[in-house]
Amino acid sequence: MLKRFFAARETLLLAAVLVLLALVASRFPAFIEPSNLIRVFTDTSPLLILAVGQMLVIVTRCIDLSVAANLALTGMVVAMLNTAMPDLPIIFSLLLAITLGALMGAINGLLVWKLAIPSIVVTLGTMTIFRGTIFLISDGQWINAHEMSTHFSLFPRNSIMGMPVLGWIAVVVTLVMWLLVSRTPTGRAFFAVGGNPHASVYTGIDVGRTQCIAFIISGALAGLTGYLWVARYAVAYVDIAAGFELEVVAACVIGGISIAGGMGSVAGVLLGALFLGVVKNALPVVDISPFWQLAISGGAIILAVAFNSRSSRPRGRIILKQAEHAA
Amino acid sequence: MNNPIKTAIPDRLHSPLSTMVKSWESLLLLVVVGIFILNSFASPYFLDAWNLSDATFNFTEKAMIAFAMALLIISGEIDLSVASIIALASTAMGAAAQFGAGTTEIVLVGLTVGLSCGAFNAVLVTVMGLPSIVVTIGTMSLFRGISYIVLGDGAYRGYPESFAFFGQGYVAWVISFELALFAVLAVIYGILLHKTNFGRAIYTIGNNPVAALFSGIRVQRVKFTLFLLTGLMSGVAAVCLTSRLGSTRPSIGVGMELEVVTMVVLGGVNILGGGGTIVGVVLAAFVMGLMTFGLGLLNVPGIVMSIFIGLLLIGVIALPRLWVRFVPSKI
Repeated sequence: MLKRFFAARETLLLAAVLVLLALVASRFPAFIEPSNLIRVFTDTSPLLILAVGQMLVIVTRCIDLSVAANLALTGMVVAMLNTAMPDLPIIFSLLLAITLGALMGAINGLLVWKLAIPSIVVTLGTMTIFRGTIFLISDGQWINAHEMSTHFSLFPRNSIMGMPVLGWIAVVVTLVMWLLVSRTPTGRAFFAVGGNPHASVYTGIDVGRTQCIAFIISGALAGLTGYLWVARYAVAYVDIAAGFELEVVAACVIGGISIAGGMGSVAGVLLGALFLGVVKNALPVVDISPFWQLAISGGAIILAVAFNSRSSRPRGRIILKQAEHAA
Repeated sequence: MNNPIKTAIPDRLHSPLSTMVKSWESLLLLVVVGIFILNSFASPYFLDAWNLSDATFNFTEKAMIAFAMALLIISGEIDLSVASIIALASTAMGAAAQFGAGTTEIVLVGLTVGLSCGAFNAVLVTVMGLPSIVVTIGTMSLFRGISYIVLGDGAYRGYPESFAFFGQGYVAWVISFELALFAVLAVIYGILLHKTNFGRAIYTIGNNPVAALFSGIRVQRVKFTLFLLTGLMSGVAAVCLTSRLGSTRPSIGVGMELEVVTMVVLGGVNILGGGGTIVGVVLAAFVMGLMTFGLGLLNVPGIVMSIFIGLLLIGVIALPRLWVRFVPSKI
């Protein structure tokens, strides 16, 4: 039991995160004060929420590059609705965001399921379509803080027991995902489909349908994050979260999700996202230009994927060969 | 119509002519002609030699990369880092210009950086055996990240005057240097893919890497070469783009990898590997170039054009699949 704990990559990642924290703390002790750690976690929450959704998609041998565009489009729609109807209760904004996000996820999922188009092509396409749609509906205009009603933009920042609502939502989403993955047949189906699509067909799992469900969940979480993002930063425009999908994939890959499918854990993704979050928040503290962040996450992806392949040598990992897709 | 044996062997093969008429390439040619005619009606400024010459700048740089990318995708790999290679190569060229390098040195720096980035991807994918899609998503952040580290929110300007030739010069009348280079590269890549052993090896690898290995093809070496070529072509595109813009920012060419992949897929290259032609890619370049130019003349903003490109990318793959599903095949 103890041996397995030390061999698991989650343990290594946890160690990496702790070492990183210790390094920063050795020069700036204030960084690891509880209040600051909560701040770092809250700041990482959008990444975490998207990454646990992305995890399901990658586990089923697909990839969802449209999450950031989905987030931005949903954010814009709820912000526009809020300016039109400022008194609408928050619950409607939340429901609308989740529904809209799930719908966009369903578009991806159906194209992958019904037409068997490779997910990378589908989501590269929908990524630009969603971004373009934001421009169409907003006319390129920004929606600023003063146009949003206070309860709309304050909701994610309200503090409950010392942590903002945004952070709590991330905690809840992570827990629900962990339950889904480890305690339900659907959760196991994701791993079965990614591990061996042929075998899943014979055990009665519909491969395409399972992949579609993964896309819908990923989309719904992107939609939810869309509202939280827009409300937290109190601004909505065409380019919010541009390129964020790469950071999300990075969190997954660093967290040990195998791009060949069928492997990964919620705990890994949590640590992968936290690793990136700590790096991002530590950079300004140790006085390194934030421009380093992109290169660091790129380097981290490459190191992580090199490391992943070492720990899973014997597995085949031909990625674009989706010919064996749902026979 | 309802033949139970779906894979019946036909009595004779289709005649070469009918195969040609029904091919993806002839469909693309029709689309090119269609767009051309529509545009001529839609805008009085379209049918002008200089305007059309300007329009080619919409696709020449992307198409240069698309040729190499087509080969790479046919072999079953992909490179999403091309736009970031442009950024890094352009940054290196800008730095070289800052140190007073001449035009020749600047171009050499650009090509070398492109080649080195390609080699970096190649080593990770072929030597270490990592999946190209994740590796190049990683290098996509890494390469552009280095540009951001070097430049931050600044920019390099001050390229020598003669450097402007690559992106702004004309070889003869309205034929720009870029257009001429595009044509030459199209021929070279066409020969490489369709008339050499190397080209056959690429198809074989894409269709069945294991069989390719057993028939004596050095699979990893071919893939290594293809990553090098893609890097080099990104370097060439970086030279042209930098020369045309006359400045370097770290955000140069952002999102271009998407357009390159779209161009390749639109050209009829199978995204799963194993099929496709250079003629298709050339035609796809014209389709995309003329479409964006036509929409530009109609004052459609760039971001709206990207919707069309996204729809095009999904549409060209979805339509044949829908066709197969709803139109019963004759065989």
